[in-house]
Amino acid sequence: MGSRGSTLSKIPNVDKLMQETGFSQAHIIRLHDRFRALDNDEKGYLCPQDFEAIKELAMNPIGDRIIGAFFAQGPQQETVDFNSFVKVLAHFRPTDKNRPKESTSPDPINSRTNKLKFAFQLYDQDKDGKISRDELLQVLRAMLEMQVTEEQLESITDRTIQESDTDRDNAISFEEFRKSLDKVNIEHKMSIRFLR
Amino acid sequence: MEDAWGAARSAAQVWLSLVVGLIMLPAMFGVSLGITETYMKVLIKTLKWATFRIQKGRRERETLKPSPSNGIIQRDDGSMEKEIGELRRSRPKRPDGGDFTLSDVFYFSRKGLESIVEDEVTQRFSSEELVSWNLLTRTNNNFHYVSLRLTVLWGLGVVIRYCILAPLRITLAAIGISWLVIGTTVVGLLPSSRVKNWLSELVHLMCYRICARGLSATVHYHNKQNRPRKGGICVANHTSPIDVVILANDGCYAMVGQVHGGLMGVIQRSMVKSCPHIWFERSEMKDRHLVTQRLRDHVNDKTKLPILIFPEGTCINNTSVMMFKKGSFEIGGTIYPVAIKYDPQFGDAFWNSAKYNMVSYLLRMMTSWAIVCNVWYLPAMTQMEGEDAVQFANRVKSAIARQGGLVDLSWDGGLKRDKVKNTFKELEQKKYSSMVVGDDSSD
Repeated sequence: MGSRGSTLSKIPNVDKLMQETGFSQAHIIRLHDRFRALDNDEKGYLCPQDFEAIKELAMNPIGDRIIGAFFAQGPQQETVDFNSFVKVLAHFRPTDKNRPKESTSPDPINSRTNKLKFAFQLYDQDKDGKISRDELLQVLRAMLEMQVTEEQLESITDRTIQESDTDRDNAISFEEFRKSLDKVNIEHKMSIRFLR
Repeated sequence: MEDAWGAARSAAQVWLSLVVGLIMLPAMFGVSLGITETYMKVLIKTLKWATFRIQKGRRERETLKPSPSNGIIQRDDGSMEKEIGELRRSRPKRPDGGDFTLSDVFYFSRKGLESIVEDEVTQRFSSEELVSWNLLTRTNNNFHYVSLRLTVLWGLGVVIRYCILAPLRITLAAIGISWLVIGTTVVGLLPSSRVKNWLSELVHLMCYRICARGLSATVHYHNKQNRPRKGGICVANHTSPIDVVILANDGCYAMVGQVHGGLMGVIQRSMVKSCPHIWFERSEMKDRHLVTQRLRDHVNDKTKLPILIFPEGTCINNTSVMMFKKGSFEIGGTIYPVAIKYDPQFGDAFWNSAKYNMVSYLLRMMTSWAIVCNVWYLPAMTQMEGEDAVQFANRVKSAIARQGGLVDLSWDGGLKRDKVKNTFKELEQKKYSSMVVGDDSSD
């Protein structure tokens, strides 16, 4: 009935989006449906309350930080349009194993490095390129809240920094982060597979 | 001018007499003339053809394969322990079993993003998506233009539904409701006796049958031997206000609900005159003890009709059954579970109260093809020894979900409007903390 055509026409720059994120046309349409479903008042963009309305996300110990990842463009950002929504989700696309290595083209959004950067930003809230002791403590506090004592939190923080901090500056840089997660199967664990 | 008016009047008369003769009278006496059956047969054939054409068109275009489940993404069902354990596989195990690694956050971030793309709960509060189009514009999500014939058929469908079927159904609904009000008021004038009860049941049944015709409802009742009896409580999954019409077509129930104003209030007051229903004032609803007591009094009186209750408390989209509130299961009567499953091919019965108000919802119902559903009466259940109300409620819920082919969820339907309680988050944190701190945790 021409409906797919009309859905596609509602999404600006579909081809550019497909190129940048690597999502297929069908997946972008699915994500657009989801975007519209989350956008309760049909504003055309999402605000933090729309994310907070997702029940399973509200249950997640770091739910707030994940929501923050969508609003990370600038300090005052309060809205997420569809393009930014898809670009953030693109981090979790499974890696294309057969992509030819071209040193001239930039890394795709879902490369191992970019997935690591996404995870790094969940820790590094002030974006100074390092996870300070304080920031690590905050994440642990968010994930564990009332289940452990403050001393336990501090000792876990110190232990973690000790393990990963190779240049002894009491903070974890992105390189140290990457190195300590060298053996983890990030491509598999940080990917969401579409069924259809 | 005169001729035009005269012609219009006689047309209206012919119309009304056709409606009364062909539809209303047979409906009142539970007799079927076969018109609906023929209509359904034609409809099914047409939709089958349409599906076939769409599938052919799809194969030519080589697009997505329809999957049986309604899920978009593949969810790993591993537990938190298993998933985080795999993330930590490359590290040596610590003696106390607890550990924190920077990779733990991957598990939570992936779960978080999965729920942003698709979550079990939010999707239950919007209409189910069809695998194949059923020629209604409203279900037209991702189906693209296939052929001219299909478009013509769709156009024809629009004309039939809006210009022929809808006025017919609206007429029937109006007749049905006015008959209910008048009939029950008249019966209410009689003194209490067996005749009065019999008459009241007759009036109710007739009116609901007319209303069901007004929706072109085709209902298949299964296991009629398990039908709810007097002094019991009938419990069913809730999809829309039409559930009441569907169930009341085959038996008489005492309704439970809030007192409304306006037309609903008039209907409620007249219904109560002929046989006892339970209507609560808004203030009374807050007092749970009072509510339970009134329901218990009704149930204990074995001459009164079975109560009809929807324990989910809100409308769900008929793909799943959500948490049953334990209130109905504390009253102590025999529970007669009923499973209602609508066939989405002919019309979407789910009432999305956030999107549509009652009137626009009813209009949508009347402009669908038809309402087709299956009703299964399940064997009666009673609370067992040592089982508390919540466990009993879950047992009944599982039985209904299994019979109706619905997903059994333990999420609260009230989440449609409310926020998730913090206790859920705390549960997740507790599970995670035992992985971090290990076996010698302080709590």
